[in-house]
Amino acid sequence: MKKEQNKILSEVTGSDYKYGFYTDIDIEIFPPGLNEDVVRAISAKNEEPEFMLEFRLKAYRHWLKMEIPDWAHLKIPEINYQDISYYAAPKNKKGTESPDGVDPELRKTFEKLGISLDEQKRLSGVAVDAVMDSVSVKTTFQETLAEHGIIFCSMSEAIKEHPDLIKKYLGSVVPYTDNYFTALNAAVFSDGSFCYIPKGVKAPMELSTYFRINAANTGQFERTLIVAEEGSYVSYLEGCTAPMRDENQLHAAVVEIIVEKDAYVKYSTVQNWYPGDKNGKGGIFNFVTKRGICRGERSKISWTQVETGSAITWKYPSCILKGNNSVGEFNSVAVTNNYQQADTGTKMIHIGKNTKSTIISKGISAGFSNNSYRGLVKVVKKAQNSRNFSQCDSLLLGDQCGAHTFPYIEVDNANSIVEHEATTSKIGEDQIFYCNQRGISTEDAIGLIVNGYAKEVLNKLPMEFAVEAQKLLQISLEGSVG
Amino acid sequence: MQNKMVVSDIEREFIDLYKENRSMFEAKTSAPVNEVRKSGIRDFERLGIPGKKDENYKNTPLQPIFRNGYRKYIEQKMVEFNLANVFQCDIPTLDTHMVLLVNGFFDKKNGDFLKELPSGIIIGSLAAASHEYPELFEKHYGKYASHKDGLVALNSAFAQDGIFLYVPEGSVYKKPIQIVNLVMAKEDIMVQHRNLIIVEKNAEAGVIICDHAMTPYKFLTNSVTEIYTAENAFFDYVRVQNEHNNGVQFSHIFVNQEANSNMTSNIMTLHGGVVRNNVNVLLNGEGAENNSYGLYLVDRKQHVDNYIYIDHAKPNCISNQLYKGVLDDSATGAFNGRILVRKDSQKTHAFQANNNILLTDNAKINTKPQLEIYADDVKCSHGATVGQLDGEALFYMRSRGIPEKEARLIMMFAFAHEIIGNVKTEALLNRINDLVDKRLKGELSPCDNCAMKCY
Repeated sequence: MKKEQNKILSEVTGSDYKYGFYTDIDIEIFPPGLNEDVVRAISAKNEEPEFMLEFRLKAYRHWLKMEIPDWAHLKIPEINYQDISYYAAPKNKKGTESPDGVDPELRKTFEKLGISLDEQKRLSGVAVDAVMDSVSVKTTFQETLAEHGIIFCSMSEAIKEHPDLIKKYLGSVVPYTDNYFTALNAAVFSDGSFCYIPKGVKAPMELSTYFRINAANTGQFERTLIVAEEGSYVSYLEGCTAPMRDENQLHAAVVEIIVEKDAYVKYSTVQNWYPGDKNGKGGIFNFVTKRGICRGERSKISWTQVETGSAITWKYPSCILKGNNSVGEFNSVAVTNNYQQADTGTKMIHIGKNTKSTIISKGISAGFSNNSYRGLVKVVKKAQNSRNFSQCDSLLLGDQCGAHTFPYIEVDNANSIVEHEATTSKIGEDQIFYCNQRGISTEDAIGLIVNGYAKEVLNKLPMEFAVEAQKLLQISLEGSVG
Repeated sequence: MQNKMVVSDIEREFIDLYKENRSMFEAKTSAPVNEVRKSGIRDFERLGIPGKKDENYKNTPLQPIFRNGYRKYIEQKMVEFNLANVFQCDIPTLDTHMVLLVNGFFDKKNGDFLKELPSGIIIGSLAAASHEYPELFEKHYGKYASHKDGLVALNSAFAQDGIFLYVPEGSVYKKPIQIVNLVMAKEDIMVQHRNLIIVEKNAEAGVIICDHAMTPYKFLTNSVTEIYTAENAFFDYVRVQNEHNNGVQFSHIFVNQEANSNMTSNIMTLHGGVVRNNVNVLLNGEGAENNSYGLYLVDRKQHVDNYIYIDHAKPNCISNQLYKGVLDDSATGAFNGRILVRKDSQKTHAFQANNNILLTDNAKINTKPQLEIYADDVKCSHGATVGQLDGEALFYMRSRGIPEKEARLIMMFAFAHEIIGNVKTEALLNRINDLVDKRLKGELSPCDNCAMKCY
């Protein structure tokens, strides 16, 4: 029985990455290496105003003084930052020959990934900013959104077109001094998405960014900035994939969200970077800093993430609940398989009165992987009547993997309530027996139980993503089962 | 625990003091202890006093404490005190065998250096025992206390005396053994004693440790206790910490449990300026069970930091942790619990909980329950809460004519009772109930009839 179950588990957990292809296109790429000249060159490439170059250089000089953080429960191989190329762009950039300025080859690539760059087709009704390596290829539905006063464009465009907004908000939630990777990102980021929702506007469609790493020996450093003015609403999605390679590639992104009074930003991620092969070779290092601030009263940020890819994930989408009665949510499913490592979680900083936060984290570990939840709930003295509930469950599939929980709770006043609970277990033999008894095979039973286990979080995803995420879970874990 | 390059003045002082007095220390104890002493000072020189960046001491900064300039109490002096006064702090109806430590040294007033109790139990001075039973020390001393923590290494270097308890195979001693640990001096002193407890196969014993500070000076205690429980052994450990607001106590306990042994620890922190309890448990044999309970009731500017590390090194072990605390005034508390389930430690059951009640806005709690699990067939869970007394329950009682103040007391007492109820010795249970009751009412001075009246 045990043996058979192990066989099924290894079948279930051993499946292939289907976005691992590489598009052979002409690219413009900087030689590997990082110094002030590279930072200047990136800034020049994007035709940035002076203040951006200063911002970058300050960040770069600060980065030189910093050390890579070692507190996470991860084994990170040494990264040589001089071996990475910091800029790679498909040669046929926006605004050239073809009618809408997109190279047909690129269009094909994104279509293969299931992302339509064509507005007419409007299959999914989602506005997309498609980013390949260091540049944004195309942003769809810009005009439709502009009618509502929404600005949705690539970061490089925003820096040129809306320097005032960038100056005001960039780095205001995640300063470049925050940590090693934010400093690096601030110095060398080349593109990303910018989204501005004016007062009282509810975004008529979902906005999304799709990140694709294509070129070899590069790193991707992008930056997303979302500003939601008073009373506005937006649902934002983010997806990502990369080709299969034997070397590791670095992805160090920063996401900042600013939410004013009564506004609501819902940010969903399906992270599916190449996780490396079955022996742990290759894969993306995903070192991401995501943070939102609820500035106004009754504002709300909700993070939902499905993490299935990356060789190493180091990511803590956080909420600063500054406005009174503001709300933060974090819902996460993190799956690790083979030799993947994940150290992910959130920070909820309660500053305003009557602030509320909820944390639901579901970890699934298989193969030889290690999956950690790390979270901080901090209630400062001013945050009277605050409330937090955290639940962090781990599911272990196989006896070689690890599941860990590191919650930090700091409470500084007498009328806030903070609760944390966590469990770690494997799929119960009785649960499988129950399914078997009703004619469900062991393979199906495992798939069923895993899906049911993650359902609470998957349900929070927008429709299109929920379907994709469910499929992804099946691919990551179910393989031959489906 | 990073390696330190720079040795601070405070650390240098310790190292010099060690060098000056080394021959005196070595004369006091036998070779196995002196061997550990050597590695202790080596490791201390390397590690130093844990700094601000040390994750394990994040909530209890040590540098300001050590800067106070305590005189290191390294030579035993005769201290005059009235034993009757001491016994006022004692538990009157408790039928125990009592031994006394004064400023970290075994006190002969209450018995011989080494005494054999019925059923072959040996209790007495660690220093004396190290000469009498070198083979036991060879086997156990310094084997469980790891020098990963600079403070433990410091204790290993300086420890000269403490309590030694040996419970031979198969012996069952129903009467608890009480260790009264007094600090009394007319100046600020630092004491470092060391206890070794060995419970052999199929043996059963219980120990109650009472910590008291007798004079109103600043005291710093840095103690290490090593406990070994052999197969099928049963050991009960109760500690009542009741020092005054100037007292600082670092207490490190290292437990090694063999197969099917069972150990319960109850740590009650009723009073103390700064208290740090380190409990390290290694479940080193199948079927071992460990229960760690703790209660902390703190107010004013007191600080309590509990650090519990349970290492499930073998399959089929059970561990239970429950720590509860009530924090009043500007008191601060920290809980740092960690369960490690190693690879192949299948069928582990581990549970960990920390519940806190904050009574004022100035009280503060940092809690960090952690799980680190490398085996799949396990049942592990943990939880932590920070909250207040339930308003509805208070209302319920008030609506039935119980005054608010009393209703609050009832609820706090009920909250604390979940821990107190685990004390097995009945007389002690009653006494602790009584102490906690008084403590919650704010009537308790560190010692009931204490001359100091620091309340």
